[in-house]
Amino acid sequence: MKSVDYDYDVAVIGGGPGGYVAALRAAQLGLRTALVEQADLGGICLNWGCIPTKALLRSADVLRLIRSADRYGVAVGAPVADLSAMVARSRKVASELQRGVAYLLKKNGVEVIHARASLGGAGSVRLENVPDSAHARSFQAAHVILATGARARVLPGLDPDPGSVWYYREALSPGFLPPRMVVIGAGAIGVEFASFYHALGVQVHIVEMADRVLPPEDEEISRHVAAALSKQGMELHLGARMIGSQRAGGVWRIQLQGGVRTLEAEVVLVAAGIVGNHEDLGLERTAVRVERSHVVTDALGATHEPGVYAIGDLAGAPWLAHKASHEAVACVEAIAGGEPHPLDVMRIPACTYSHPQVAHVGLTEAQARARGRAVRVGRFPFTANGKAIALGDTEGFVKVVMDAESGELLGAHMVGAEVTEMIQGYAVAMGLEATEEDLMQTVFPHPTQSEAMHEAVLSAYERALHL
Amino acid sequence: MATLLRMPEVSANVESAVIVAWAKAEGDAVAAGDCVAEIETDKAVVEFVSESAGRLGRVLVAAGHEARVGAPVAVLLDDGERDVDVEALLAGQPAGGPLKEPASAGPAGPASPAPAAAASGRVFASPLARRLAAQAGLPLPGLAGSGPHGRIVKRDVQAALARATAARPSTAPVETAVVPEPAPLRVPGDVAVPHSAMRRTIARRLLESKTTIPHFYLRSECRMEALSALRRQINEAGRHVSINDIIVKAVAVALMDCPDMNVTWTDEALIRHAGVDVSVAVSTPSGLITPVVRGVHDKSLSRVSAEIAALAARAREGRLSPQEYQGGSFTVSNLGMYGTTEFAAIINPPQAAILAVGAIERRVVAGPEGSVEVTPMMTVTLSVDHRAIDGAAAAKWLDAFRRVIENPLAALI
Repeated sequence: MKSVDYDYDVAVIGGGPGGYVAALRAAQLGLRTALVEQADLGGICLNWGCIPTKALLRSADVLRLIRSADRYGVAVGAPVADLSAMVARSRKVASELQRGVAYLLKKNGVEVIHARASLGGAGSVRLENVPDSAHARSFQAAHVILATGARARVLPGLDPDPGSVWYYREALSPGFLPPRMVVIGAGAIGVEFASFYHALGVQVHIVEMADRVLPPEDEEISRHVAAALSKQGMELHLGARMIGSQRAGGVWRIQLQGGVRTLEAEVVLVAAGIVGNHEDLGLERTAVRVERSHVVTDALGATHEPGVYAIGDLAGAPWLAHKASHEAVACVEAIAGGEPHPLDVMRIPACTYSHPQVAHVGLTEAQARARGRAVRVGRFPFTANGKAIALGDTEGFVKVVMDAESGELLGAHMVGAEVTEMIQGYAVAMGLEATEEDLMQTVFPHPTQSEAMHEAVLSAYERALHL
Repeated sequence: MATLLRMPEVSANVESAVIVAWAKAEGDAVAAGDCVAEIETDKAVVEFVSESAGRLGRVLVAAGHEARVGAPVAVLLDDGERDVDVEALLAGQPAGGPLKEPASAGPAGPASPAPAAAASGRVFASPLARRLAAQAGLPLPGLAGSGPHGRIVKRDVQAALARATAARPSTAPVETAVVPEPAPLRVPGDVAVPHSAMRRTIARRLLESKTTIPHFYLRSECRMEALSALRRQINEAGRHVSINDIIVKAVAVALMDCPDMNVTWTDEALIRHAGVDVSVAVSTPSGLITPVVRGVHDKSLSRVSAEIAALAARAREGRLSPQEYQGGSFTVSNLGMYGTTEFAAIINPPQAAILAVGAIERRVVAGPEGSVEVTPMMTVTLSVDHRAIDGAAAAKWLDAFRRVIENPLAALI
């Protein structure tokens, strides 16, 4: 592979959780590697997605906890939320991690090029906006990995505007706190922002086309989250399509289908899906195929053009950072001559950091039944879990879907405090192909919320101890 | 010094063959004449017999893979030899080894799945793979694992089952005479169920037994009132012991009494066994299997009973390891629970005898001085390998067995 004709063995375009991990792994495997990023290392995830939202949501958690301090026997004065301080902290967290990524790339010998890249002819990568005038305007690479990610889908008539129409980027660096907000889209991003702004006192409406919040989740989980959000005081408009939006006097009027309802708010926050960043990459000069804004690949990232690969959000759903990173490693190992197994999509966990948190891995009960599997379903509520009671947060439950015949864990679904930190247990069990017997025999420590994971499996076999 | 086991020319004009399954794992002792692997050509599945003794070293061609005739497929180590430089051994070898992937291995699969049986003989498989294989009656040791470190995972079992479904149904052993193809037996509505590997093994071994072992049969009727009473007493004392457990123990007692029956035929010599390992026939959803209770002569009845229960349970779950069903010097097959009065069983090779046990039923028998009485009786039929055991020795053993059954207290306790 190391041919003198090439400047690099591997060139990665895009420095998000797919791209930078691809570059790190390639360098670890001894390949001459370049990473081209036009903006910030770490991509959307680290700078404008997963990480900064978690920082903001942590602020909301602290606020919520202090407000309920008296329940824990702690007397404090009324807390004051300082939005600009929260945002400043969130930005600081992002920049700290960004420096960490830069350090890792340097340590592993990846050449980082700050520029905009596109594909030239075979094996050629063109560069624009190169800050360093000494740097060449193109180079040759034996393998090019496209990891340019995706961006928010912009709705017609709702162009981003820091004063009134927020997409994730505006929502992560707000200049003010609006009295009222309409969140369009009740997927993970919409529900997380709704949770944050509601905690800060914003009156929140959530509009969702599907008939439930968090549509990819198990229906029971969606129902529970919807009830929890309503109880907190958010207004949900499910099965609702936005048919019109006008702004007058600093107030948006959002018309929902059916004509009955018009919502008013100072800010509209749009979280209505994403589109892949496939434009201006020179793909028209290659055999790479794009379908519905995503590049078509095989299970290990190969496109229709030999030597060109695509991973992460650009290569399609699920749009998750950890999916991108895993695809990156498998793709690079295949390039290096290894024989990695492609990612099993059914074993990718997904987390939503709303209040309450949601996490799942594998099939929902409906999906399992639709596949013709005879299933056993187990549930365990946190109201019966000692640690949850001691923590004063007993909301939510754990649900497992087992194959009745083989005992395979088909899916696990959780809602409640810190469930995002627990789902990995089920992911490990699935990866090792544990059966119900192995899960039952696993010793879960007491007192922890994770005991509910054990009890949920027991309950699927009518053996729960604390129900 | 270490030698290479090469793919034998199983029949004329055959250039290559597939290793269906390794009968020995890396590290297992190999005696001359031992079957080390099953190999399959498009004509037949045959045993690959090692001509020399030693210990199986590295397996070079994993189960499920094809190799050219004459190509090295494994290393045979001398006793005491720990490891050898396989590369050095292979140096100068003509190109051989794996010929091609099994057709069902996907493009993303590893090029050469490691055999999952490691040097210890332990099979590495995920719990789910074990269960799926057990439910399908598929023996795990022969499968190649594609998981980390050659672990057998769900997709390997699914691929093997898909292969089995696609496989040609006919694999008559080469040692049987060539016969014309029979007319198709299927009429519309009939279903062809592909043979599981377990079914094929049963077919091959029993055909071999019935065609190569000169069987003869002896029958005896045992009075069961004493044994039934003893069993009642034991069970009333809170310990569960079955009639079959007592029979297995009685077999061992009789074999220790009659050492001429406690033997195995080999072409080189008659093996006289020091102890008694009894195979117990267990019917499972996927077929017959015979787990072995070892050292029965040395064990108490309750211990024998507990071991049989555990082995039978594992057999039904398909979780027996090869060590648990290989070996044994004598088999007990009991169909009494189905009401069968008597039957003659086929010897489980390479053993020399098998006892077929019928139902206990009340029969009219001659009592003392011309009287007639009704008493529980059990008919047993002994099948014997005449190469190893003569009629008189077998008859003496059967009489000894009957006496143990009819006077159980003295012999068993």
